[in-house]
Amino acid sequence: MEFALTDDQRMMQESVGRTLERVSSLDAVRRGDSAFEALKALAVPGIMIPEEHDGQGLHLLEAALVAEQLGRHVARMPFLGSAVMAPLALRGTSWLEKLARGEIAAGVAISEHAAGARDGAGVALRNGKLEGSTLFVLDFEADVYVVAERNGALYLVSAAAKGLTRTLLPTIDATRSIGKLEFDRVEAEPLNAPPGTLARMIDAGRIVLAADTLGAAERMLEKAVAYSKERKQFDRVIASFQAVKHLCAELAAEIEPARALVWYAAYAFEALPEESRRLAAHAKAHLSEIGPFVARTATEVHGGIGFTDLLGLHYWFKRIGFNRQILGGPERVRDDAARAQGWLGN
Amino acid sequence: MDLSYSHEHEAFRAEVRAFCSAHADRAPKSYLGEEARAWQRLLIEHGYAARTVPKQYGGYGAEPDLLKSRIIAEEFLAAGLPMGMSNQGISMLVPTLLELGSEEQKKRWIGPTLRGEVIWCQGYSEPGAGSDLAALTTRATEDGDDFVINGQKIWTSTAAQADMIFCLVRTEPDKPKHEGISYLIFSMKTPGIEVRPLVTMTGRAEFNEVFFSDVRVPKTQIVGQRGQGWLVANATLRHERGMLGDPNQAGTRLHAVIRLMEEEQVDGRRLMDNPVLRDHLLKLQARVLAMEMHGLRLLTAAAKGEDLGLARLIVKLQGCELNHQLAGFANDLLGELGILYGDSPHLRSSGEWQTRFMFDLGLIIGGGTAQIQKNIIAERGLGMPREPKAAG
Repeated sequence: MEFALTDDQRMMQESVGRTLERVSSLDAVRRGDSAFEALKALAVPGIMIPEEHDGQGLHLLEAALVAEQLGRHVARMPFLGSAVMAPLALRGTSWLEKLARGEIAAGVAISEHAAGARDGAGVALRNGKLEGSTLFVLDFEADVYVVAERNGALYLVSAAAKGLTRTLLPTIDATRSIGKLEFDRVEAEPLNAPPGTLARMIDAGRIVLAADTLGAAERMLEKAVAYSKERKQFDRVIASFQAVKHLCAELAAEIEPARALVWYAAYAFEALPEESRRLAAHAKAHLSEIGPFVARTATEVHGGIGFTDLLGLHYWFKRIGFNRQILGGPERVRDDAARAQGWLGN
Repeated sequence: MDLSYSHEHEAFRAEVRAFCSAHADRAPKSYLGEEARAWQRLLIEHGYAARTVPKQYGGYGAEPDLLKSRIIAEEFLAAGLPMGMSNQGISMLVPTLLELGSEEQKKRWIGPTLRGEVIWCQGYSEPGAGSDLAALTTRATEDGDDFVINGQKIWTSTAAQADMIFCLVRTEPDKPKHEGISYLIFSMKTPGIEVRPLVTMTGRAEFNEVFFSDVRVPKTQIVGQRGQGWLVANATLRHERGMLGDPNQAGTRLHAVIRLMEEEQVDGRRLMDNPVLRDHLLKLQARVLAMEMHGLRLLTAAAKGEDLGLARLIVKLQGCELNHQLAGFANDLLGELGILYGDSPHLRSSGEWQTRFMFDLGLIIGGGTAQIQKNIIAERGLGMPREPKAAG
């Protein structure tokens, strides 16, 4: 019984952190720099791809540890879709090597299956071609897309495919890229992924989003504590006021157990697959609840300056807000947790 | 991360499980009385209670192995059997004596305490010394070979049943407040002690007030050095905080809430089929899971002798709050049935949820209030400075 990270996992996480410290500084974030090239050097794009396909062959727990660092540094790079979800659908295809080596990035178009269809979105196969539209496509600046058809079948579509219209959707979170795909009789390669792959992709994505929020929340608390030790009012650093200390203590008290939940859900993805759906949903929903609580409270500790653009706190605030909605908001995700344990009656 | 247990631990689990099924008929109905003491002796004999207390003091004498302790707890819980006794003598005084008691004190008190033959109460808080415990004013004045004690304690659970008390008294009134305190142990039958029950919001007297008028205690009954009672007490408080935030309790309580939602009906419809209530249940389930996993993380660290600091400091605050929330939610699930009390018709589970919801508020306040916990988290866990002393 060992509920802890291994030395290897810790070292891997630290080295990703050190790199992001360099390439995802606040200035870099403001400029919109991508951390992709730097993390390619650490083989992050192939983290979950088997070694025989040039990947690292690691597990979802390691991916979650990377995501925690990405959240901490509000880093921009194709990861959630391209490095975590797409490889699950692309097993057994020749795309894995290219993904692992970072030669291409893969977007993931499955939002309607995870969060429900808005504005009539949905993709259908007619006469061997894809038609319709899909919203909130993850890692949108991609070379290929994994697309889920209405019935859950998975297809691969080239970004350059004829009849495909791509529209970037601006969001609150400047560090992420999502968009809309519209299909007008588009050629698509059917993927022979095993049954249940779509659900596994969603579970993996939810866990990684929870880890991203965990990292962002940790960083916001650290910033709040550091700021409160410098900022003076009434001739005292505000960190000495109990009102401020109690806010920070409440955040720490929420974050610490949440970390254990994220680790457990990530570990269970491979180790306890029958529990995975429920745990992934719980991790996603719980971090979606405490994340915004941390984000707003840490901003409040900073006072007025936290509300401005000067400290850039809002990048974390918005990242957490983005993570809450993507792949299903908390109520919808909790419904999946209920279903997974037979609580939905019929 | 590897949540499977080693062969050694799995074998140990099988052993505990076999014990549980073989001895289930001897489980006591009450946690007091000879039946309970017989059960306690049986558990000590097999190493399922007082497990790591050395043999010469009446324990089982096993090497500390937190995983085995956890396995015992898991198996007893699964079998629905009561664990070993966990009164304040066993959970607080015994560890303190083991750490700081004299050889004679250990020999005399630990064994009978472990076997439930001697019941203890704790004399710490006073009307004027709650969160600021070191401000206590119960005086112990030297008179020959004795101390003569005068003052008052409050929040003393089991004082009426207790044979003995471990008590903080001020022996050096001129010294700074933390340095003038001594830790004394003495009989509750000593002349001059009066116990008055303290009725709480539950309608029961879970606590007492204890008054001391010229209570004579031999000086030899001090634990640790004279004037060092604060350090001795902190050794025990550490044990108490660990005890109050037990995350397994939340797991058990969650299961009871789930059963409630599956069994109770409103308008002929199961509570579980109400999406609003179900969503609330799921929120709490995530919190319980997080605390359970957090407990495993702390357990792993503790087994290796590591201290996770901040992660450990949040347990009392979060654990007590979560238990209270679960009880509150159960009352909401009961709705109007949740306001029934006493011996009312239609009352569910003997009013257990109503009582817990009230009693748990006491646990949030006791053993270091939630606000004191937040100060500790902020100061020791996050390195934020103490509040400056108010002038005057």
